[in-house]
Amino acid sequence: MKMDKVLFGDNQFFAVNHLSDEKSREQAIRFKDDAAIIRVLDQAREIGISTFMCTTHDRIANVCDYVRANPEKYRGFKIYPCMPYAHKYANAVTDLGIIGTIKQYIPGNIFSTFTKGGVAFIRKDFIGFMELFIDAEMKMFKGINTPVIFIQNVLVDLILGLKMFDVFKEYDSYIRKKYNAEPGYITMNLPALLDSLNSIGIENPIICSSINKIGFRMSGGINIYEKYLTEKTFRPIALQVLAAGALRPKEAIEYIGKFPKIESVLFGASSKSHIQETKELIEQYL
Amino acid sequence: MVKLKGAISGLGKMGLSHAAIVGAHPEVDIVSVCDTSTLVLDAFKRFTKVKTYTDYQKMIDNESLDFVVIATPTRIHYEMVRYALEKGIHTFCEKPFSLTIREGEDLVTLANQKKLVNQVGYHNHFIGTFRDLKRLLDTDVLGDLVHFTGEAYGPVVIKEKSGTWRSDPKEGGGCLFDYASHVINLIQEIIGRPTKANGSQLKRIYSKEVDDAVYSILTLESGLSGVLSVNWSDETYRKMSTSLTILGKKGKIICNASEMKIYLKEANSKENLGKGWTIKYITDFAIPVNFYLRGEEYSAQIANFVDCIIRKSQTEINSFKQALITDKVIELLIADSKN
Repeated sequence: MKMDKVLFGDNQFFAVNHLSDEKSREQAIRFKDDAAIIRVLDQAREIGISTFMCTTHDRIANVCDYVRANPEKYRGFKIYPCMPYAHKYANAVTDLGIIGTIKQYIPGNIFSTFTKGGVAFIRKDFIGFMELFIDAEMKMFKGINTPVIFIQNVLVDLILGLKMFDVFKEYDSYIRKKYNAEPGYITMNLPALLDSLNSIGIENPIICSSINKIGFRMSGGINIYEKYLTEKTFRPIALQVLAAGALRPKEAIEYIGKFPKIESVLFGASSKSHIQETKELIEQYL
Repeated sequence: MVKLKGAISGLGKMGLSHAAIVGAHPEVDIVSVCDTSTLVLDAFKRFTKVKTYTDYQKMIDNESLDFVVIATPTRIHYEMVRYALEKGIHTFCEKPFSLTIREGEDLVTLANQKKLVNQVGYHNHFIGTFRDLKRLLDTDVLGDLVHFTGEAYGPVVIKEKSGTWRSDPKEGGGCLFDYASHVINLIQEIIGRPTKANGSQLKRIYSKEVDDAVYSILTLESGLSGVLSVNWSDETYRKMSTSLTILGKKGKIICNASEMKIYLKEANSKENLGKGWTIKYITDFAIPVNFYLRGEEYSAQIANFVDCIIRKSQTEINSFKQALITDKVIELLIADSKN
């Protein structure tokens, strides 16, 4: 299955702006209501974008409800979920600790289903726990076409640094088996991740990572990224192609076009004209 | 080259993050981890070759370590750091450094006596924007300083409930220790050392036992005064957001982790800054790293620590001594808030 060239992201909806706190507040105000999110999503769809790549933010659940309620309108529409929405858990871990966070976010699973000591259960069966966690995160997408399912970079890169590569293996096989979907990985460490995945027998993986002309958030440097993009076998999705706004769209996407292996570009924007402009550039150069 | 042997003590959010970053460092082997939670240790046993311990002293005694990273609750920093230093092990300790000045001073003395690399996790100094802010102030772009504001806001405790060690004042919990310490440390290293605190308010919002917000007027050694305003119960922020605003006779700078906004009354040709506003972004300053997790700064601080061990030199950034100054300011604030 080939991915669309253009993937529409969700950062702008949730006040994620890597350069400016002020912009991020403006976005939080603008997208206060779910209707505002759906309006922009619909604009993207009208322009011809049919894949939405989004986190498992609580508010995405509302977007999913809307998509399910309007099957005609969203015929052919795909969502690529990215789990988990990290800040939800990161702030909770600071406040509640690791066990407290599990209790709060996996309700009705671990600690009630396995009343005889939820923690003991996790200890015996980490993979079973991971599967419950994935199922909890995936619940909001029920009935929606999700052909690729990603783990977010904070988790991918944590597992990568801890060298717990078997977790990738289990994730990979569970996503294929249970969701009949292609597993994807978001990372800020593309070369190291690809090497690790290859080392455990995962070949030609879908990897979404920062790829931009100025080497922003490309750990290890731009040269090794370019080498991997030219020589290695994997399915790259480029993210942060504008380097958080440091590059103009045309030069940014022209650069992406130098690497025929790149299958898709992930970007987010709030205005119809920006969405249109970026989409056209991607289709022109990719 | 023989790789350095490192260990992590305390596997909470920061400890796990350190474990990943240390583990990814090309010149280091992470040989062991220590925590009281057997759940986390079991994950290490199941998925890695790293040795696991529940007894910190046993780990230090059994493994021939070059360094240890301590990311436990603040209350037990002292005994752990001391034990490592006594055994001749270079030590990286999470912030805040110590809960009492006496203990902190003891550790500074011991680390220096033993000539061991000692560093504390005030990671903001490894963010390019804050680093460039310090450089600009040192070149006097703002002229005589008039006022500063140091702020941090974030959504850690946003409803009433009991929590972890961070909600226990005896453990070193609360917004002052956890959030405000970062801002105090930035003020101290970038603008000047606070010697007086006035009108300090440690406010509880949702927590029962600890402060959720800290407000104070700080006076620095130079006589310059400014405002500290920190709140970890502010859910209008998606994640921790830390900033410094500095006003001088020649202009103003507002700096956070992602951008620096500079306003000058007159152009500064040496710095290539025009009259009026100039906005600089982190994309111009980001410190290149070989591994990224949650921010370049976390990898850059570990790289600095490892570098110092290899080069047998002392860190100029975030030494125990500098972290102890922050602890002293924290003490000033607590004393003032009780007045």
